[in-house]
Amino acid sequence: MSDIAIKVENISKRYRIGVKEQVHDTLGGAFISWVKYPLSNFKRVQKLSKFAGNDAEDIIWAVRDISFEVKAGEVLGIIGKNGAGKSTLLKILARITEPTSGSVVIDGRIASLLEVGTGFHPELTGRENVYLNGTILGMRKKEIERKFDEILEFSGVEKFIDTPVKRYSSGMRVRLAFAVAAHLEPEILLIDEVLAVGDTEFQKRCIGKMGEIAGEGRPVLFVSHNMAAVQSLCSRGVLLEDGKVVIDSTIREVVSQYVTKAKSVIENTSIANRTDRKYGTQFRFTSLDFFNEKIGEATQTFLTGQKVIIKINYKNISERTFEQVSVTISFFHSLGHFLFGCRSDVLGTLYRVGPGSGSVYCIIPRLPLNSGLYTFNLFAESQGVDLDSIKEVGHINVEAGDYYGTGKLPAAKRQGVFIDYYWIEDNASI
Amino acid sequence: MNDPKYITVIESRPGWQLIDIKELKQYRDLLYFMVKREITVLYKQTILGFAWAIIRPVFSMIVFSVVFGNLAKVPSDGIPYPIFSYSALVPWTYFSTAMTRSTQSLVTGANIFTKVYFPRMIIPLTPVIAGLVDFAIALSVVGVLMVYYSIVPTINILYLPLLIILMVMTSAGIGMWLSALAIQYRDVGFATQFMSQLLMYAAPVVWPVSLIGEKFGHTAQLLYGLYPLAGVIEGFRSALLGHNPMPWDLIGMGSISASLLFVSGALYFKRKERVFADVA
Repeated sequence: MSDIAIKVENISKRYRIGVKEQVHDTLGGAFISWVKYPLSNFKRVQKLSKFAGNDAEDIIWAVRDISFEVKAGEVLGIIGKNGAGKSTLLKILARITEPTSGSVVIDGRIASLLEVGTGFHPELTGRENVYLNGTILGMRKKEIERKFDEILEFSGVEKFIDTPVKRYSSGMRVRLAFAVAAHLEPEILLIDEVLAVGDTEFQKRCIGKMGEIAGEGRPVLFVSHNMAAVQSLCSRGVLLEDGKVVIDSTIREVVSQYVTKAKSVIENTSIANRTDRKYGTQFRFTSLDFFNEKIGEATQTFLTGQKVIIKINYKNISERTFEQVSVTISFFHSLGHFLFGCRSDVLGTLYRVGPGSGSVYCIIPRLPLNSGLYTFNLFAESQGVDLDSIKEVGHINVEAGDYYGTGKLPAAKRQGVFIDYYWIEDNASI
Repeated sequence: MNDPKYITVIESRPGWQLIDIKELKQYRDLLYFMVKREITVLYKQTILGFAWAIIRPVFSMIVFSVVFGNLAKVPSDGIPYPIFSYSALVPWTYFSTAMTRSTQSLVTGANIFTKVYFPRMIIPLTPVIAGLVDFAIALSVVGVLMVYYSIVPTINILYLPLLIILMVMTSAGIGMWLSALAIQYRDVGFATQFMSQLLMYAAPVVWPVSLIGEKFGHTAQLLYGLYPLAGVIEGFRSALLGHNPMPWDLIGMGSISASLLFVSGALYFKRKERVFADVA
């Protein structure tokens, strides 16, 4: 074989989803179905893994005809929205589930990290768990023995290593689990973005470790929808959509394609019909428009420091009038951290919402976000009663702009917010 | 990097699979730690700890001796009823515990095998092996009873390891069958709990196999031997108490069915393995 470490060829995987239940409107029908229940249940359970028959409407292809290659020393990012097939692909590559068709050839010892601390048992001591978890991840006992001191030092829980893990804080547990994972020496690493959640320090370590492995010329496959991490780590990217490869190119190109696609999220998914909301039975957000500087053509691309106008449209489905409605739009980092929220009630702005549709406006005079991709949530309440709440309503793409009016662009690598401040030479002018 | 040893091919493998012994060997350390975990965790935060391994069969023995030995006057081949039932309860308790735990093992272990790859067969085999610790503890009580009833062990005791292998093989075979079924059809988990009750009365735990021979003839007894635990339990009695010659007919029949159970269990498990993560 040449320098190709992973060769994925026409991988497909199908699942059966929610097989429809029959509803009976007569007692007799219900009785008959009750008698037949074990049989129909048997068929239903069996269908989860058998695909004979022609009832194609409840089959979904989680991944379909995916092909790509990973060369030695390459860090490949697999990105896509939720449900695009990223996790299924990862599970196939990690050999947790089998593809329906297609093949993968992996040249080298592979380790997959879909979570840290698999198999940790709260009743066992830290030491026992290190051995258990290490062997689950594919290490040999001798290998763990050799690295044990290193693992211990890395984890920073030396004092508690012979204490049952149930007495650990959750942070300690994660550190110990990660220490084990970090001492795997795979030739190829598969890693899920789930690892990148948790505290910031942990994320940094995680990403640092990946960089280290990649730096040694070992290929890494990173599955994520965290653009910042993907961009800084990966050299190549594959964008998945509905289980298919949309683009396989340099990471720059793939991310920009993803962002362009993400931009259309607001137009495409009608906010009014989102089902992953909380509440929203009487009052619901229906749509939303962003404007730069003045109301005109809607946009999703902004410059740091620009004036942003957000028009939030809603509909009061009930017959009643809601008093003192407070609306909040809050912004999140693409890593998922909360950055800031604009609540109307803290400024004393409360709306009276009668039946029917209407709009409210939120104005951010100088957008304090650095360049990057951000998501936002919407929330409304009336006198302590929650009306509607939608998470990850959409994305906005911010380009680096001149926030301080000095012509100097802030460091583009770090996402965060800008604040107003000034520096002086002596205290006379305070 | 180009070491051909580490080339992995992933593709759909419908149909029957052979058991990859080489791979299982590679993961033997994992089996060791899984077994260790099972044993360590079992009696954590209990007061009596491993005493439970003795309490269960001993209390069953007391109840059986009163009900079947004294009240119902079930024959016991001329040996005191308590040791007659206890020597059967030791392998029986092992079998029923191993079977129930093994059946549930995939269901409770789903959080592990849906996250990382390793030979899945390790999961149902873990409780089968871990149960041997309880078994050994319970077995030691037989020694105490033998001293009490002044029973001198015969040369037959040397056959004990053979019987233990048969017992473990049966449990492993059933464990692989039922765990693979239970992950798909959760009913199996409920069924085994009361099935183990029925299976106990079907096994010669509270009555001697000689009853079958007396009532239904030798052929029936031979056929009954296909229930592997018949040979195991009667064999245990003969090996420990030496009152009867070793029941080789039962053990022979039991070995055939236990081997079939074990091999078919492993094959069925391998065949179904690929859907575990999807149905878990």
